[in-house]
Amino acid sequence: MKLAPQDNIAVALRPLRAGDRATLDHVALTMGHDIGLGHKVAVQDIAAGETILKYNCPIGVATRAIAAGEYVHTHNVASSYLPTYTLPP
Amino acid sequence: MSERNLLPPLRGYARADGRKGIRNVLVVAYLVECAHHVAREIAAPWREQGVHLIGFPGCYPNGYALEMMERLCTHPNVGGALLVSLGCEGFDKRRLARTIEASGRPVHTLGIQPTGGTRATIAAGREWVERVHAEIAAQPTVAMSVDELIVGTICGGSDATSGLTANPAMGVAFDLLIAAGARTIFEETGELIGMEHLMAARAARPELREELVRSVAKAATYYATLGYASFAPGNADGGLTTIEEKSLGAYAKSGQSQIDGILKPGIEPKAKGLYLLDVVPDGEVRFGFPNINDNAEIAELIACGSHLILFSTGRGSVVGSAISPVIKVCANPETFRRMQEDMDVDAGRILEGAATLPEVGREIFDLIGRVAAGDATKSESLSHQEFILTYKSFGPLGPACLPV
Repeated sequence: MKLAPQDNIAVALRPLRAGDRATLDHVALTMGHDIGLGHKVAVQDIAAGETILKYNCPIGVATRAIAAGEYVHTHNVASSYLPTYTLPP
Repeated sequence: MSERNLLPPLRGYARADGRKGIRNVLVVAYLVECAHHVAREIAAPWREQGVHLIGFPGCYPNGYALEMMERLCTHPNVGGALLVSLGCEGFDKRRLARTIEASGRPVHTLGIQPTGGTRATIAAGREWVERVHAEIAAQPTVAMSVDELIVGTICGGSDATSGLTANPAMGVAFDLLIAAGARTIFEETGELIGMEHLMAARAARPELREELVRSVAKAATYYATLGYASFAPGNADGGLTTIEEKSLGAYAKSGQSQIDGILKPGIEPKAKGLYLLDVVPDGEVRFGFPNINDNAEIAELIACGSHLILFSTGRGSVVGSAISPVIKVCANPETFRRMQEDMDVDAGRILEGAATLPEVGREIFDLIGRVAAGDATKSESLSHQEFILTYKSFGPLGPACLPV
């Protein structure tokens, strides 16, 4: 589901598996990764340095190029304010 | 028909200062960690009967902690207080006792050293609690209206569903409460980073606009100095990528109403409307993280007069609080199914198409009425009475922060 027309990401309303297909605004997407409930997927190709928009609000910046259908999370997006802390594996 | 007429009639406990409480709690307060065990033992037999344990662990004095304890021990939901001191700590127990006494509430201070140690103090404390608890239980209730109610909101254990379901639904409930004349408080500036300009556009007065932006900038600087955002690893596991994204969800708790003012811990809003609680200390970074966990913040919302707290969670927090009931709104349908004994509202139904945002907002609003009228929340019925208070320092509130 896209939360605003300007958004370059969508959120999963149910858990999706890699290879699942979805159509959003007439754009066919194939999930490149499992996407958990509420997690984000790119709905268009996003260049490194581009702002990620959710509800048409900036939530961070792409740290590398992200392809449409790719999982969008801490591995390819960084905060413009403060770094995100995650536990070591 | 006004929204005011849509809540059932409330009953409250009248206090000498004109305020009314929706609970009649007796607090047992330790004034240093060294008195914690004795205070807990005193309160234990009445844990299920409205005797709650609160306290401050530090031995060094702190103006913020003293004021917090004064506000909490004279909170409208509190009917009396027993103070438990070791005897040598730095906490100003005499000032706290005088403040409580001046509020018309029964208060007694027990020093463990002068009383003769652990066993003697527990016995003396239980004797006092037994007598005062019976007196308080006999206090009649009086009619109370929605415009006498203060409701605070917090999110904890957030995930990517929090901002989609529970937080906007609580925002709907907030809009209904404000329309009905209630006072509402949202937080916290460290989780509004990135939202400052959207928020400023909702300020009731132009001078307040600058104060709102300034409060979030203060939080960003404070957290940057400490090296971490207000962001737990579980937030990322739940699909939130950055503090801005978490903020976007947290911000939805505030609803659509205009923002009437900014508070600091312990300052009660005097007029109806929506207030932002600035929880980040003033001045240079001292004493560590602004709030080391959700309960530190709940205690601050209560010190601002909140009669009850709306708590949204996606990952699944189980906490409640001493003094004021906590209503748990679960954002994530998977979490709700796993932990429904701990959750009061299933906002995840919105994601599954089983309910709409306005419906769940209305459900929360109605539940507030029932809890204010005496129904126990899930966390209350499970005896959750978490409490934590640590060191902080604040300057005075800016002149533009409150409505004239």
